[in-house]
Amino acid sequence: MSNKAVIALYVLPSVLLILSIVYVPILFTGYYGFFDWNGGSDMHFTGLDNYRKLLRDRLFWDSAWHSLWFALMSTLSLIVYLLVALLLSGNLRGSNLLRKIYLVPMLLSSVAIAQLWLKVYHPSSGILNTFLESIGVKNTPDWLADPDIVLWAVFIPILWQYAGFYILIYYAALKNIPESIIEAARIDGASPLDIAFRIKVPLIGEVVKVTVVLAVVGSLKYFDLIYIMTGGGPNRASEVMASYMYSRAFKSFDFGYGSSIGFSLLLICLVATWLIRALTASRDKIEYGG
Amino acid sequence: MSKNRLNMAATSAAFVNRTSSRLGIKVGRGVLYIVLIAVAIVQVLPLVWLLLFSLKNNQEIFNLPPLALPERFRWENYANVWSRGKIDVYFFNSVMVTALSVLLTVLLASFVTFALTRMNWKWRAPVLGLFMVGYMIPIHSSLIPLFVLFRNIRLIDNPLSLILSYTAFNLPITIMIMLGFYYALPREIEEAAVMDGCSVHRLFFQIILPMTASVMVTAAIINMIYNWNEFVFVNTFISSDTRKTLTVGVQNFVGQYSTDWGAIGATLMISIIPVLLAYFIMSNRIVEGIAAGSVKG
Repeated sequence: MSNKAVIALYVLPSVLLILSIVYVPILFTGYYGFFDWNGGSDMHFTGLDNYRKLLRDRLFWDSAWHSLWFALMSTLSLIVYLLVALLLSGNLRGSNLLRKIYLVPMLLSSVAIAQLWLKVYHPSSGILNTFLESIGVKNTPDWLADPDIVLWAVFIPILWQYAGFYILIYYAALKNIPESIIEAARIDGASPLDIAFRIKVPLIGEVVKVTVVLAVVGSLKYFDLIYIMTGGGPNRASEVMASYMYSRAFKSFDFGYGSSIGFSLLLICLVATWLIRALTASRDKIEYGG
Repeated sequence: MSKNRLNMAATSAAFVNRTSSRLGIKVGRGVLYIVLIAVAIVQVLPLVWLLLFSLKNNQEIFNLPPLALPERFRWENYANVWSRGKIDVYFFNSVMVTALSVLLTVLLASFVTFALTRMNWKWRAPVLGLFMVGYMIPIHSSLIPLFVLFRNIRLIDNPLSLILSYTAFNLPITIMIMLGFYYALPREIEEAAVMDGCSVHRLFFQIILPMTASVMVTAAIINMIYNWNEFVFVNTFISSDTRKTLTVGVQNFVGQYSTDWGAIGATLMISIIPVLLAYFIMSNRIVEGIAAGSVKG
């Protein structure tokens, strides 16, 4: 058996699988976007109609704005996670246990998280309003039914779910900084704050960039939690791109239009990734000395 | 004499300085711990509340303070939903789909990572790129064509549609987790094996696979968590109630018994216990796997 045959045998099954389940369907999503199609046998070519309609569809732009809002908030929350990781990474007893506790929500299914937070937010019996009432707040809000606060109410569980994940990544990166660099800075008289923000944070710059991409792209494709908690409601106040696509395709059975949304989602994710990479590209690479 | 006094003054000043800064450090540490422990409490409090209300009946849930213990733990909530809510069926389906997908993914990813790191071939870089970019692609962008594909080949409502999708979408992260480990494997063993006339297959199955057992376990447990928790594919591809997995099954159950909080709590607990248990036993591996799979991309 030649080496080529062995390589083909080892690699081809996976390549074919990822091509047929991930890559080829993406192309088809773009292609289906050219049709008026309810998923049945009736399929009419309509050219760019769906994409034109998309550009004028207020519901789409609203959902895109909500996705962007989540992306922005998730990126901002990275600052909090980074601060916690900085606190955690200074030789502290129990830091290993703490970061493991932080990670627990990340392990749960979005169904479990969504159902749990539906109960947390329950207007009369939820733990949140019960607590607010006990400290004397009157007219406690109905968190998920109020269009003005629903985005925030959905964002809190997201913050909660991913905290441990990003803290873990930052913590691991911070622990990778050679102790000698920190020691040298300390001998030169750098204060703990200087060490944290002028030495540690810049040194893990590359990791921070990766997390920004993860947070932005992750938010743009966010779906499960919102779909289960609010279904995009009330009155589409929490609709995001993925949930809009899903409701168009699998509830209204508008496969053509749903595909055009799905394809736009892909393009937006790729452009966002590229944009962040381009904007944060550093010309000089930081290298650890000694 | 005067010089001596000066010395003493200097030492005592230094002493005062040092104790005050030591006190500062102590207070700082205290505040630090309070902040960090507060974060930990926020992270687990909703789950503690979930555990408590899964063991109460509605009366206790609505009348007692949220974190109060019930008069007695109502384990019957668990027994009831297990059979009445068909949670047993969903649970078994989840175990099957998860186990088969994890096996397939880890095996395929091992093949690919082995070929990528241990052999020289022309298409190595593009193939690696194919898997790395795959990590960034939102499942919603391929969901409609996948649905159509599975409908055309009659795999809708068949667990195979889930297994294939989970494997394809998890290959990138699994390969990412494995790459670092494979790169670090010493080459001498392989060279010796090849010198002895060992075939590539024997080399892979009898030497490489056993050597990578540890990273395979890490990759498997990460895959297990992802597959166990997956929602969109099940919700889209599986229509019969008897073939649903836990996530969608739980979702249906909650829709039907939306007023019975104890039953809902018990159902949610049953769905998260396997993952929590795995975490309790293998937290180091999970932490390491999540870190390796996210940053090396």
